[in-house]
Amino acid sequence: MNPVNYLYLAALLFTIGAAGVLIRRNAIVVFMCVELMLNACNLAFVTFARMHGNLDGQIIAFFTMVVAAAEVVIGLAIILTIFRSRHSASVDDASLLKL
Amino acid sequence: MENLIGLLVLVPLLGAGVLLCGGRRLDRAGHWIGTLVAALSFVIGAVLFAGLLGRAADDRELDVTVFSWVPVGGFHADAGFQLDQLSVTFVLLITGVGSLIHLYSVGYMAHDERRRRFFGYLNLFLAAMLLLVLADNYLLLYVGWEGVGLASYLLIGFWQHKPSAATAAKKAFLVNRVGDVGLSIAVMLMFTTFGTFAFGPVLDHADRAGEGRLTAIGLMLLLAACGKSAQVPLQSWLGDAMEGPTPVSALIHAATMVTAGVYLITRSAAIFDAAPVAQAAVVAVGAVTLLFGAIVGCAKDDIKKALAGSTMSQIGYMVLAAGLGPLGYVFAIMHLVTHGFFKAGLFLGAGSVMHGMNDEVDMRRYGGLRKYMPVTFVTFGLGYLAIIGFPGLSGFFSKDKIIEAAFAKGGTEGWILGGAALLGAAITAYYMTRVMVLTFFGEERWRPAPSPDEPSAEPAAAAHEGAMPHPHESPKVMTIPMIVLAAGSVLAGGLFSIDDAFVRWLSPVTGHEEGNSPVGALTVTAATMVVMVLGVALAWFQYGRRPVPVTPPRGSLLTRAARRDLLQDDINHIVLVRGGDHLVRGLARVDHGLVDGAVNGTAAAVGGASARLRRLQNGFARSYAVSMFGGTAVLIAATLLMRAV
Repeated sequence: MNPVNYLYLAALLFTIGAAGVLIRRNAIVVFMCVELMLNACNLAFVTFARMHGNLDGQIIAFFTMVVAAAEVVIGLAIILTIFRSRHSASVDDASLLKL
Repeated sequence: MENLIGLLVLVPLLGAGVLLCGGRRLDRAGHWIGTLVAALSFVIGAVLFAGLLGRAADDRELDVTVFSWVPVGGFHADAGFQLDQLSVTFVLLITGVGSLIHLYSVGYMAHDERRRRFFGYLNLFLAAMLLLVLADNYLLLYVGWEGVGLASYLLIGFWQHKPSAATAAKKAFLVNRVGDVGLSIAVMLMFTTFGTFAFGPVLDHADRAGEGRLTAIGLMLLLAACGKSAQVPLQSWLGDAMEGPTPVSALIHAATMVTAGVYLITRSAAIFDAAPVAQAAVVAVGAVTLLFGAIVGCAKDDIKKALAGSTMSQIGYMVLAAGLGPLGYVFAIMHLVTHGFFKAGLFLGAGSVMHGMNDEVDMRRYGGLRKYMPVTFVTFGLGYLAIIGFPGLSGFFSKDKIIEAAFAKGGTEGWILGGAALLGAAITAYYMTRVMVLTFFGEERWRPAPSPDEPSAEPAAAAHEGAMPHPHESPKVMTIPMIVLAAGSVLAGGLFSIDDAFVRWLSPVTGHEEGNSPVGALTVTAATMVVMVLGVALAWFQYGRRPVPVTPPRGSLLTRAARRDLLQDDINHIVLVRGGDHLVRGLARVDHGLVDGAVNGTAAAVGGASARLRRLQNGFARSYAVSMFGGTAVLIAATLLMRAV
């Protein structure tokens, strides 16, 4: 199978994720969309590794997973804390940090 | 012998230090210490003079480098002294006349409780002036130059409790500062032109520099000389400087300070000889000042201010002579020396008269004093005869030579300069006769003095306030210096002229040439005699034959202008004070409008732009995300575009 198809899939997934981040208000959904984007990137990296015949892309994919895991831990903790204090998981409600 | 040169400056400097730092312990002996120090420096000067006399005429220059003063990279300034015929002449004049004035001050300042400090300042004055004439480079000369300015400030404002004295001191200092700027610019120009300040290299190679450069240096030197020597246009401080104690006036006018400008021009002869424009400016300044001072001297009723006008005029003669080039340098210095004698004598005589008249200075309130002050009368009279150029006395020889040299300049210029000098001689005879007649002859016009609206400055006079003056001869300590100076006024000119001794003495340094005068020497002398007699006769008819009103008459327009120093202060006020005012106001407007406008405008623009930009910061995480995505999209698009290109 032509590896380029995987790249199309990755682009599609990334676009869905990006649109979700921009459109959805629920922090959990936004968060999941971010994960979708990260994994789309992973898919692209792995595909490139396959196409170029070396392991660089695969190694970077591992790094991305580690970073994503750390991000999930911290991100969920923040969302949980915000929900506890404001009783809402909407990203638009938490808009106090401005001039 | 070399070591003595440094000592010459050091001795009065140490004297000043001891007197000024010694405190009250020295109050009782301070004046004698000061006088002794001055006398000691005179002795050193005389020894050096004798040493120079013992050498061959072309070997009379001693150079001593004392220490390396400012060694920085390629910039070297050494503190060194140079003793030659010119500087030793000045040394003898400064220390000799200076010592006599010190001695006189012992009596004159006897009742002043700050006498010790006065002598400290006098010693400082001597030290600064000696440094000025002994320096072997222009930078060290500048140090002495500034020292003279400082000492004159301290002495003119010595009675600082009088507002007029404090103001006069400030005025003298400020006007001198204008001249000092000229000297400092001249020194800097010298450094950029010749790479050094030392007299030797600068003056020996003067003709190698471009004429434009030399003209600039010469004009700046002239500006400096104008400030110190009270020449037009920087003359205005001299009249006010009379606020100082009379010995100070004598010191400033005879031995130090005003002679510095003439020294500077004569010392820089090589520069002026190579820059005809600057030299012409010197001559013009001298000629204008000699008439200016003489006219002012005619109208003043204050005896000291009349003498001050006369000083200005006589220094004008010297500057005129110095501007004539090798024709006149020697005579400029000769007149300077003889003037040192008779002007010091005249000032000390004026001080003696004031001493006996409760510090009255208005000559209209003198009269008939010859019976009461015989010694003062005779010494003042001899000084008077010397300054008007009475045959045989010293002024006759020196002034006559200057007038001859002015004619010898040749052409129309020679006739104009000679005419101005002759006219000056006539006016000199007129105003000096006026001073003489008003003071010592005629009826006694004494009034209870001092007048209430002008409280006297000297504590001694306060006791006599309101009492009729009882003129009396001054104590010996004051009359002896006057007698010595009178002897100098009588003899100096004759001694210098025997076998042209002075010319032969000085010409190795300054150079000398006899000009081709269109009029013979005898004609000039005769003309000088005629105008002198005319001046004396006119003054005698005006003041000797008719009663003198105590309150001055209104007088003609010229008289009133001359009483106001020919409007020098008014001109300064209109041109400088008001001009400066307008300039400053204009600058302030530019500062407010342009500079502040630019600064404030920038600040306002930045503030306004920020106020608009901060609306982007709305707190919505999703809107930030949009900008991030947008930004990334733009970056990627740009990268692809660059690759495609």
